[in-house]
Amino acid sequence: MKTLVIASHNNATLSPVTLAAVSAALKIGASFDIFVAGKGCAAVAEEAAKVDGVSAVLVADHDALAYQGAENLAATLQANAEGYSHIVAPATSVMKDALPRLAALLGVGQISDITGVNGEAEFVRPIYAGNAIATVTSSDAVKVITVRTSAFDAAPTGAGTGAITAVDNAVDCGLSRVVSEEIAQSERPELASASIVVSGGRGVGSEENFALIEKLADRLNAALGASRAAVDAGFIGNDHQVGQTGKIVAPDLYVAVGISGAIQHLAGMQGSKVIVAINKDPDAPIYEVADYGLVGDLHDLVPELEAKLASVL
Amino acid sequence: MDTPERESIEFDVVIVGAGPSGLSAACQIKKQAAEQGKEVNVCVLEKGAEVGAHIFSGAVIETKALDELFPTWKEDGFALGQPVAKDEVYLLRDESRATELPHWAVPPSMHNDNNYIVSVANLCRWLAEQAEELGVEIFPGFTAADVIFDDNGKVCGVATGDMGVGADGEPGPGYTPGMDILAKYTILGEGCRGHIGKGIIKKFALDSDADPQHYGIGFKEIWQVPESQHKPGLVVHGSGWPLSKGMGGGFFLYHAENQQVFVGLIIDLNYANPHVSPFDEFQRLKHHPIIAETLSGGERITYGARAITKGGLNALPKLSFPGGMLVGCDAGTLNFSKIKGVHTAMKSGMIAADAILEALGTDADEKGTTNFQQLFEQSWAYQELYNSRNFGPALHKFGPIVGGGYNWMEQKIFGGKPLLKLRDSKEDYACMEPASAHIKIDYPKPDGKLSFDKLSSVYISNTYHEEDQPCHLKLTDTSIPIKQNLPRFDEPAQRYCPAGVYEVVESDGEMQFQINGQNCIHCKTCDIKDPAQNITWRPPEGGGGPTYPNT
Amino acid sequence: MKILVPVKRVIDYNVKVRIKQDGSDVDLSNTKMSINPFCEIAVEEALRLREAGTASEVIAVCIGPKIVKEQILAALAMGADRAIRIDVEEQPEPLVIARLLAKVAEQEDAGLIMMGKQAIDSDNNQVGQMLAGIMGRPQGTFASVVKIEGDEALVTREVDGGLQTVALKLPAIVTADLRLNEPRFTKLPDIMKAKRKPIAETTAADLGVEVTSTQQQLSVAAPATRQAGIKVASVDELVDKLKNEAKVI
Repeated sequence: MKTLVIASHNNATLSPVTLAAVSAALKIGASFDIFVAGKGCAAVAEEAAKVDGVSAVLVADHDALAYQGAENLAATLQANAEGYSHIVAPATSVMKDALPRLAALLGVGQISDITGVNGEAEFVRPIYAGNAIATVTSSDAVKVITVRTSAFDAAPTGAGTGAITAVDNAVDCGLSRVVSEEIAQSERPELASASIVVSGGRGVGSEENFALIEKLADRLNAALGASRAAVDAGFIGNDHQVGQTGKIVAPDLYVAVGISGAIQHLAGMQGSKVIVAINKDPDAPIYEVADYGLVGDLHDLVPELEAKLASVL
Repeated sequence: MDTPERESIEFDVVIVGAGPSGLSAACQIKKQAAEQGKEVNVCVLEKGAEVGAHIFSGAVIETKALDELFPTWKEDGFALGQPVAKDEVYLLRDESRATELPHWAVPPSMHNDNNYIVSVANLCRWLAEQAEELGVEIFPGFTAADVIFDDNGKVCGVATGDMGVGADGEPGPGYTPGMDILAKYTILGEGCRGHIGKGIIKKFALDSDADPQHYGIGFKEIWQVPESQHKPGLVVHGSGWPLSKGMGGGFFLYHAENQQVFVGLIIDLNYANPHVSPFDEFQRLKHHPIIAETLSGGERITYGARAITKGGLNALPKLSFPGGMLVGCDAGTLNFSKIKGVHTAMKSGMIAADAILEALGTDADEKGTTNFQQLFEQSWAYQELYNSRNFGPALHKFGPIVGGGYNWMEQKIFGGKPLLKLRDSKEDYACMEPASAHIKIDYPKPDGKLSFDKLSSVYISNTYHEEDQPCHLKLTDTSIPIKQNLPRFDEPAQRYCPAGVYEVVESDGEMQFQINGQNCIHCKTCDIKDPAQNITWRPPEGGGGPTYPNT
Repeated sequence: MKILVPVKRVIDYNVKVRIKQDGSDVDLSNTKMSINPFCEIAVEEALRLREAGTASEVIAVCIGPKIVKEQILAALAMGADRAIRIDVEEQPEPLVIARLLAKVAEQEDAGLIMMGKQAIDSDNNQVGQMLAGIMGRPQGTFASVVKIEGDEALVTREVDGGLQTVALKLPAIVTADLRLNEPRFTKLPDIMKAKRKPIAETTAADLGVEVTSTQQQLSVAAPATRQAGIKVASVDELVDKLKNEAKVI
């Protein structure tokens, strides 16, 4: 058994999500190599070599892999897949794009977005938008797996001494080209992908008062969210609505201010790693799901919190 | 609103509502037409996203009408439901005690031998399959928004609702105008307090000789219970606690198939105390040992509520109007003494079908008249309504104990022949008394195991409405809720609505009436119970509303 | 150019998911089923391309038993020209689905396969990519804009951190993301017309594809319920916990 972990990177640095994939590989239990495919990505290979426990780092550095497009990446990985029982990648958009194609080229299935490893052939993954958790087994000779990175801690790095080898069999399928890229430049992070979200509810009281929420969001470099009640009351636009009929978010930190915690709202944010609730009603249902609850008047507490964060962050 | 011209399409018959009455009418028309060698085009409009999505009932049904419509339903393999094995009736004395009524003391109308515990939603799905096989066109996700009149004032069809209208009333990007469905006959089978039926009854003064209609609100939850607590075929009815004096109603607990039970509470909507919250009465009912012993440890699968037409014969309006007729609960065919309306609804639909077939192609077509009224009055459905005409009024007038006793006497001793002519002439909405005349009720908090809050209940009704659409609940006078209902009745909409649609909130120091239309489960209670009769329920964009499973 | 649009029958997205008491699977009894929302978006996009004159025909294809006819009719009512049903009792695994679709796409000589990025039941997000791999065609996944220019498909994709536009040499496979379009409302007469549109039936055997399986679902469980945490007494305590205990700031 041997695992190949596909690195996620931007040609300059190794993305930390790769370490989540390494964690999954460690749970699978086999020795692992890391594959770096890109263009001008030598520095990434160096970082990969330092991951604790990595045996080898394979590097395919080629024009055809500059954007890590699925056709070229999958074909290149196929050319280098010999000898591996498991191929594991973080579930980034690059890997979600390429790995199923690789699996099909290898004639095997894929297990997408795993959140747990029970053994080398048994995995846990969310289905039905996370409303059910499935335990699945695979009998494929090569198990192609993408890993939900928020479900695994980062594996340790720094002590690794992997041997870096360049591979020369990168494939250019010539089927597509990248025309342009637009990396989001908004002032605030996108609600759906932000790692911190600050949301205001009916308790905020008015459109003017919502400025308090915005200030807190800015301090935390967070996305701005709202409950349906706040949107219906006109405090903020509905593209900020979080909930059953709004956006479903799962940030590392969700701060619910003046939100009662009706199930329709919880449906949109209960996947958050840490939930903080600030409400004047100690019996508000939000406290049943909040990791940290602060009871009191948000009009006092939110400015106080923002000021405290200013001094600490 | 500047709209492109509406298209139209013609059918011989358009039926509003894919419920038991409408679908039975559809099937009967096609079957009879085939037998008579006639070609009759029938379509059914259904506002729910699928047939059955908005069907909500107890239910224990008599198969009389089904047996007539599809005599071989059993042989053909239709799994109708759980045959009734046993009847039990209880009087709940308080939150922990109950008295079981001996079999002989239960009015015959409440004995359920040979009946079935069913999901009426699934019954409708099966009827829809039969209808489609017979060539009926069924259109789920389409509302009949308004009726269409010809130049002579005859109903000549219905207009389906526009889709993709924004909250501001302007066409959105996906705007698709509705269509005019023109038909020689329009059958209204919208169920209790259908919005078109309500308008038609008023327009043609169909209720001029009848008592005002009387309504109840019926709550129900489906629970999956531990096997040891499940007694398939057991039918339990009762009344008493938690309903206080003067409040009519009763509960049911039916042990259906697949370890599921149907538990519910019906409350008459003529209650006087504005502080009453029917939802909370239902939630606390479930804590009574008689119910709790079945539900404990179980999982709540779905929740919902629907208004019920229970005025019986005395409140039955004239059924026909130029160009169509009312069937089922849209008319008021429910037999309250049996608490059963499905078999009579189906029969009324079948008779409507017969009446239409008789009239099609004759001079009657021009005026849109049929013999429906006469044919209905000759039917067993009418006879049932006749025999039970005093049941509701007796309970209203004399309360559950004396009224129940009166009914027992009327049925058991006098063989169903009415002893007195009991009338119930006060409108339900007019029965509400001022908040100051009653003590506020302190309902217990839900425990999250047997009882639950409103929003998490609505959540499992799978209710959904497109966000960007106009609010479908119309206030004739927007100032009444705060200026009138709030001081007088503590705005009871906050409590009688089973879905938390209506709230009184403080905003910028002022009290405001907030309407959360998206929560609406289409029960029609607000249209019935608002003491100011200021709320008119109109259909929201087609396809919205609850998605009930096997209710 | 013909566009092939695979559609899947899945739980309606408004219906709450329940799990069977024995934990073997999700409980779909008495559950409303609908066309997968991403598939519906794909149908809509294909129709727009046909209406723009770029495509000549939109063919819906669905894998499943007779009952999936409901979803096929939904696609036909939206405007698809005809449909194919591949009769398989149980939903095959993504690799097999991709192989079945590849055969149909070959037979139909489809210039574009427009499909949903994932089904909301399995959430695998694999078939489109596998199909492209099997057919050796370019893929444009998570599409939010699709334009056909000459012999290329210009696809703007939603990726981590922003958007990427790629040019794919036709024939190609595109998978639709949520923001690609807003599907049209179906019109009543089109529902009636849909019933008269042809639905061809075929089987895996007819297509020469073996329905194999290498994955097994052992069990299904509800997600862990969140437990209540602690109440903190002050802003200072909150900040301390967030920084030093939870380590999220």
